[in-house]
Amino acid sequence: MSTVAGNGEAAPVLELRGVTVRFGSVPALSRVSLSLRAGEVTAVLGENGSGKSTLVAVVSGVQRPAEGELLLDGQPVRFRSPQQARARGIATVWQDLAIAPLMSVWRNFFLGAEPTRGLWPFRRLDVGRAEEIATRAMARVGVPGLDPSQPASALQAGERQSLAVARALHFGARVLVVDEPTAPMTVTQRALVLQSVVAARDSGLAVLFVTHSPQYAHLVGDRFVLLGGGRVAGDLTREDVDVDDLTRLVAGGDELSRLTDSLRVAHPDR
Amino acid sequence: MPGALPMSTDRLPAFRPVTPAAPRSPGRRLLDRLLARPSVGALLGVVSVGFFFALQAPGLLSSGSLATILDIAAPLGIGGVAVALLLVAGQFDLSIGVVAVTSSLVTALLVTQAGLGIWPALLVSLGAALLIGAVNGLLVVTTGLPSFLVTLATFLVLQGASLAGAAALAGTSRVTGLAGTAGWSSAEAVFGATAQLGDGRFRISLLWWLVATALTTWQLWRTRFGNAVFASGGAPRAARELGVPVARTTVLLFLGTAAAGWLIGTLGLVRLGGVQVDPVLGSEIEFIVVAVIGGCLLTGGYGSTVGASLGALIYAIAREGISRAGWDPRWFQAFLGLLLMVALLANGVVRRRLRTVPRS
Repeated sequence: MSTVAGNGEAAPVLELRGVTVRFGSVPALSRVSLSLRAGEVTAVLGENGSGKSTLVAVVSGVQRPAEGELLLDGQPVRFRSPQQARARGIATVWQDLAIAPLMSVWRNFFLGAEPTRGLWPFRRLDVGRAEEIATRAMARVGVPGLDPSQPASALQAGERQSLAVARALHFGARVLVVDEPTAPMTVTQRALVLQSVVAARDSGLAVLFVTHSPQYAHLVGDRFVLLGGGRVAGDLTREDVDVDDLTRLVAGGDELSRLTDSLRVAHPDR
Repeated sequence: MPGALPMSTDRLPAFRPVTPAAPRSPGRRLLDRLLARPSVGALLGVVSVGFFFALQAPGLLSSGSLATILDIAAPLGIGGVAVALLLVAGQFDLSIGVVAVTSSLVTALLVTQAGLGIWPALLVSLGAALLIGAVNGLLVVTTGLPSFLVTLATFLVLQGASLAGAAALAGTSRVTGLAGTAGWSSAEAVFGATAQLGDGRFRISLLWWLVATALTTWQLWRTRFGNAVFASGGAPRAARELGVPVARTTVLLFLGTAAAGWLIGTLGLVRLGGVQVDPVLGSEIEFIVVAVIGGCLLTGGYGSTVGASLGALIYAIAREGISRAGWDPRWFQAFLGLLLMVALLANGVVRRRLRTVPRS
């Protein structure tokens, strides 16, 4: 049920209008606007310090913007906590995966939103149901037959990634925010992230995919928002750019070509 | 041209599950399962230390000796359980021992100097203890200072204040003569009752200890609060990002250790009919020692209150065993240090085994 990319008519699920965030007097984001549509992957690209992480913090309710507003289904919303954003259907896969290694898989899966039964003061975790749901959700993202009571540290690296994605998919029915790790990943690990992004898009979620790699962004993205110095430096669709354009635009392309030019002047024979 | 990976302008095909990873060997699974139970090591410790001293001093197995062991272990276990919860949440509390002394001093002074009944006095001192806990917790949460230092400061303030306060108000560091005041008999029934079994006199503190252990174990493993405790210590940033109330949990745990301190103080107060303000450093450390012997990691995120209770039991068996075996009681401290070292090494193994999660 993937919607056609660049379908401008579809109303955005989540919209940012003129969002500004300051840390002290330094603006981390200034007047950023973007829209996320159902069944569409919006890739946010930028170098370290361009405001990507702050953008994720705003969308997921960790950071409140100083100016501007968030609109969910056209209605202005203010998230006071990540829990509120989660309750409204915005799920986030954090850069560090937000996994407690010494806790079991199902405890990690439900962390902060554990199912309970019984009445206070006898309200307790519904362990059976939690284990069952966690197992099923992990199978959905491609890790079947997992023992949900083993510690998360016993998972292999790719499975841990899947746990974070499965958690986000399970709790975020509408918007998925994937903040890609800056640490080096193997191709297999990356493939798991990209596959989960695609899975989310295909189940009709609006996906915000934050990355610093134009190649990977171009593999899954429908739209590309370039961040630079906390501002939107470009808002492009798949029709506008190919991988090379995107790479040049993101990776300080202008500086690189200037460097190439000056090298050519210095060594004209090359 | 950065293009080390196979690139295409086509989008990825629709999602399909990856092949399941190779199943882990059953032996490793069993090890993982055992490591997920922090109290296993402490249980082994109880058995081996008990066996060792039963050989050294056969009198250790009498009911009189058992009563002494449980009597030593109970207050230590109550404090150890509360400290274990804090350690799991990644925090320290050095002030619990001095809270015990200070709150029982407040009770005693209110009864002897202000003429209050024992129950109102206990209520006021509980309030005072909780206030200290709240100050500790709020300072740690709002300033982000290490709780070790914050509670060290609290410890010093309370230690000095109780010594000076006792001297100024009662003229001595020993406040006695509480027995027989209004409500004393009912207070004695709740905090000082005993039961004679054989030649052993078992005290009600044992019951309080068991209740505290059972209640906190249930909380830790079977409630959302317990999950928040584990997450606060194991992955504080992740917990905050996921909306786990880390700050509230931390403050509640500091209230818990303060209440445990008050309970320890009250049990002693009712037993002795008074309070002796003693400038002894060391009982603060004991609660942490007991929790660590019980398998809690100092770095947080791992531990159990059953383990802490077993740690208190090991402590008590060693103490009573050394005295029954006729050794110089000063050996006890060396023995305790040895136990702590073994526990720390074992915990280090557990941590290396369990904590290897790459950040990507």
